[in-house]
Amino acid sequence: MTDAEAAASAQRPPAAAPEAAATSIRDQGYRRYAGGRAPRGQAWLVIARSGIRTMIGKRAFLGLLLLAWFPFFVRAVQIYAAANVPQASQLLAVNAETFRQFLDQQEIFVFFITVYVGAGLIANDRRANALQIYLSKPLTRAEYVFGKLAILASFLLLVTWVPAIVLLVVQIAFAGNFSFLTNNFFLFPAITVFACVQVILGATTMLALSSLSNSSRYVGILYAAVVFFTQAISGVLFLVTRSTSFSWVSFSANLGQIGDVLFRLRPRYDTPWPVSFLVVALVIAASGVVLERRVRGVEVVA
Amino acid sequence: MADTAVVTLEGVTVLYGRSAALRDVTAAFAGGAVGLLGPNGAGKSTLLKSLLGFVAPDRGRMQVLGIDVAAAPLDIRARVGYMPESDAHIPGMNAVSFVAYCGELAGLPRVDAMQRAHEVLFYVGLGEARYRNVETYSTGMKQRIKLAQALVHDPDLLFLDEPTNGMDPKGRDEMLDLVRDLGHNKGVNLILSSHLLPDVEYTCDSVVVMDKGRVATAGTIDALKQPRGRVYELRVKTPSGDLDAFLARLQAAGLDCHATDEDVMRVFVPGSGGARELFALAAAEHVQVRHLRPSVPTLEDVFAHAVGEA
Repeated sequence: MTDAEAAASAQRPPAAAPEAAATSIRDQGYRRYAGGRAPRGQAWLVIARSGIRTMIGKRAFLGLLLLAWFPFFVRAVQIYAAANVPQASQLLAVNAETFRQFLDQQEIFVFFITVYVGAGLIANDRRANALQIYLSKPLTRAEYVFGKLAILASFLLLVTWVPAIVLLVVQIAFAGNFSFLTNNFFLFPAITVFACVQVILGATTMLALSSLSNSSRYVGILYAAVVFFTQAISGVLFLVTRSTSFSWVSFSANLGQIGDVLFRLRPRYDTPWPVSFLVVALVIAASGVVLERRVRGVEVVA
Repeated sequence: MADTAVVTLEGVTVLYGRSAALRDVTAAFAGGAVGLLGPNGAGKSTLLKSLLGFVAPDRGRMQVLGIDVAAAPLDIRARVGYMPESDAHIPGMNAVSFVAYCGELAGLPRVDAMQRAHEVLFYVGLGEARYRNVETYSTGMKQRIKLAQALVHDPDLLFLDEPTNGMDPKGRDEMLDLVRDLGHNKGVNLILSSHLLPDVEYTCDSVVVMDKGRVATAGTIDALKQPRGRVYELRVKTPSGDLDAFLARLQAAGLDCHATDEDVMRVFVPGSGGARELFALAAAEHVQVRHLRPSVPTLEDVFAHAVGEA
């Protein structure tokens, strides 16, 4: 063998033995795992983290999130002007209603984010038979649902509770004192409770609808139909009765009514607020029942 | 592998509405590789799903790895890997993310889950395709990734539901090699549910045969194949060309017979009667024996015999 041949031979990878080539799959081996394991009950965090990461990776969704924060910047300018421009302080006065209106404006973004994020949360898992993968791991059905709920709720809170609270902080910062906060001490709990009701209602309803189908597109349409159809029915009943006593049939009217009460404003509908609250509670409970029946490792058709 | 039972069932009945998927099933699955054999609709998948706690039995008790299924299903799932029969994956993920995600769901720390995912994907032969979206995988690759997700958290017991479904012959052989390797060299107990006798015979040491929701027979394959009589390959010609009457006569005489892919049938003659008994029956029915050859009992004979009795 010449020196050149010897050098070339040294660079070549050693030829695989015939037996090794025939069983190449096993060459990498399989090792037992001796590491630690997380305590039970944290799987929902894994689901939530993965879902949030997946959504943030989508440019269109990031665009929607940015758009949802646009009203925040408008309101921040309003608060700045009211605090620092004397001519504008009357016209742009900031009070509890400002925060209520802000959350009202965010409803449209809540709707789009609920549809964009929520429609496929369970429907896509059903389409891919992923439920039996999830539920064959050491996690309960409740953990699975809670993980999925956490994904949607995180984004909804990011466009409702978070900007509203930041606005409150901005108001204090621009005013240079705590007088607004002390005069409107109810605002923090009002914002928190209203945002939670809004998010829980939207998220549980969407998850329940998502568990009913294998198609996220169909689920999105169904959710839009529920929101707009109940609003339309409420409108028709108003035209017939000339009273808003039947506003409780509307998904969004119930939220509006609860919001007004929480922000100590005059309720906009004739429906007593406990009725609106009861309807919202019933919708959330019904969604829970649907999820309990639909989220299973095996679908039994008797 | 240990002989102690890893799974026990006592009088388990599962009803889907009015129809019973499992009827008073009492069985013990030994450690090592055990085949759960039976025709479609025998109740194999229902049994596995019951053991995972997906289906609550109407009656009976089940234990997996010494843990009561009804009392602590999560403890069982932490130690069991399940490869479902149907296509199943988490949508929108590549293979390594999917398998690592399954590891995290099973409680592995994130870094460990990712490391295990790479290892397991190489082990099942998907190392080169691990960054591809699972939804673009072929049927065979989807079978392999289902095995990978079942293995990632290093289970003590694997439930494999029809693992070779839809695979081409080469892929099937490789999958069976993997299953055999896991059961015999890697210390993983496994229950392989299949209706394919050669798959079970190649990979498993013992077998539980199910039919119509009941356990038809159970034991080690070697013991079940021990002759309790003699098996013959038989081809005959009847005067009328109709075999049914002759088959009925054989069965009436206590002989089991079932057709094979070729035009010969396999006849099990219990006791010490042997070929002489067959010739006597053929002569009595005026049937010509064209081919008669002693044969070795196979798992197919065990299966046919058991299902015939069930």
